[in-house]
Amino acid sequence: MNTDSPGRRLQFGLDTFGEAPVDGHGAPLSARASLRQVVDEAKLAEDLGIDIIALGEHHRDDFVISSPETVLAAIASVTERILLGTAVTVLSSDDPVRVYERFATLDGLSNGRAQVMLGRGSFTESFPLFGYDLRDYNTLFEEKIALFAELLKEQPVTWNSGGRTLDAADVFPKTDGGPIDTWVGVGGSPESVVRAAAYGFPMMLAIIGGAADRFAPYADLYRRALAQTGRSGQPLGIHSHGFIGADEREARETYFPGFKVHRGRVGAERGWGSFSRAQFDGEVDHGALYVGTSEQVARKIADTVTLLDLDRFDLVYSAGILTPDQRLASIERYGREVVPLVREMVGR
Amino acid sequence: MSDLAILGAGKLGTTVARLARSQGLAVDVARSGDPASIRLIVEVLAPGARAVAPPEAIAGAEMVMLALPLSKYPSLDADALAGKLVIDAMNYWWEVDGRDTELAHAEPSSSEVVGSFLAGSTLVKAFNHIGYHDLADQARPVGTPGRVAMALAGDDAAARHRVAELVDRLGFDPVELPTLHAGKALEPGHPAFGAALPADELDVLLR
Repeated sequence: MNTDSPGRRLQFGLDTFGEAPVDGHGAPLSARASLRQVVDEAKLAEDLGIDIIALGEHHRDDFVISSPETVLAAIASVTERILLGTAVTVLSSDDPVRVYERFATLDGLSNGRAQVMLGRGSFTESFPLFGYDLRDYNTLFEEKIALFAELLKEQPVTWNSGGRTLDAADVFPKTDGGPIDTWVGVGGSPESVVRAAAYGFPMMLAIIGGAADRFAPYADLYRRALAQTGRSGQPLGIHSHGFIGADEREARETYFPGFKVHRGRVGAERGWGSFSRAQFDGEVDHGALYVGTSEQVARKIADTVTLLDLDRFDLVYSAGILTPDQRLASIERYGREVVPLVREMVGR
Repeated sequence: MSDLAILGAGKLGTTVARLARSQGLAVDVARSGDPASIRLIVEVLAPGARAVAPPEAIAGAEMVMLALPLSKYPSLDADALAGKLVIDAMNYWWEVDGRDTELAHAEPSSSEVVGSFLAGSTLVKAFNHIGYHDLADQARPVGTPGRVAMALAGDDAAARHRVAELVDRLGFDPVELPTLHAGKALEPGHPAFGAALPADELDVLLR
């Protein structure tokens, strides 16, 4: 199912949720320092030629980014080329009109570099916070993505659904360059995959555990569902966690302790056990963690890209307990070494 | 007619349907609404399984698996399910079900709550403690060293044995717990939840 065509270029992204980096003594930096760190990292990513920086929206104390497009606007003012995206914007607990307004604003400020990725994310604090019931997730998403798709046309919208009645309502600002680049982020629910395809939006699959080949049926489902709507060729990407070190041992030893804390915390909330070193090594060796030397990580990304016939790969670079220098070093290796190696391996 | 009807076409439902098809079982997958809405999902993720409406799936099934969000159990047709062997693969999962203190802190297991609702059915709790990704990755033929074990719980010994045979056929060593109540040990927050381990190691977590 090789659909390569001349000019089809693989995109590389760096994603963060705004985890606080730690100082030399292991103490987390302040929210202010953590936010400014992300801006510095995005600048470095631009200097390295990375295609996109994507920020996740969260509303909990492990992450400082609850308002990604504000951070992206700051990044816009110090960069010129890198695309500015989210991963993800939690549409179900947001207002689609405001999402349009914020991203159209970002698009203007950044000379057309805004991208929004709609999804649920892997946490759910936003629902009670904004007065929504998690049990209505699907209905809320259906309704809001439908309105958002209308708003993207940048024409007056007539609408009567979900308690909102619009009579040829117009929304501003308009973009200069056509519709805001809109993706859907999914975690593996078949229904979400089909829904992304139904709207013809590019899809990003979050793969946070397990071997890449397990996700081949989802890539297939997305492409077949797209074909049913008469579309094809929409980009498909994945995002996964990782860390690139000077050598294999350094990479694993640096990354594991923090990742264990991260996974353990999530596991405790969801009722499963702690994350063992054996599980970690299993995920690095055969699963969804891209941890190792530049060569190792590049080989693994290239294999995944080929297997799933991907258009985009985003590395979530900031999970765990890392110092600013460790994060910047991993980003440097990704940009200077991993990306060129993967391009060479897959030939695009 | 089917060997297994699965109510729910999400991650778990499609994963079990795929496993069952790979063992040659006749499988129907159903969800509420028009079955056309899941036809492509079933065709791609569980080739050979049929997408049908719930009444048709239930009526022709040897066994029925509940693989829908737990909070949806009151929408099940208890009359249609009467007399059937029903496998409860659902968990209280606040991320999907919302914060429901009654289900979260039920003294009986969530399967006992479902069992009371489906009073005419014979209920066995199974396929709930191993994550869908491990179900997909870890299924192995009988006798494979280190084969992952799956615990199941039910009051009716004959029904339990039938589900144990299904578990075995789908790639896991069955470990039977003698009552539906004992299945409490398989729920989120208990050591066995999420465990994909061989029988001897799972036994330690169940003690």
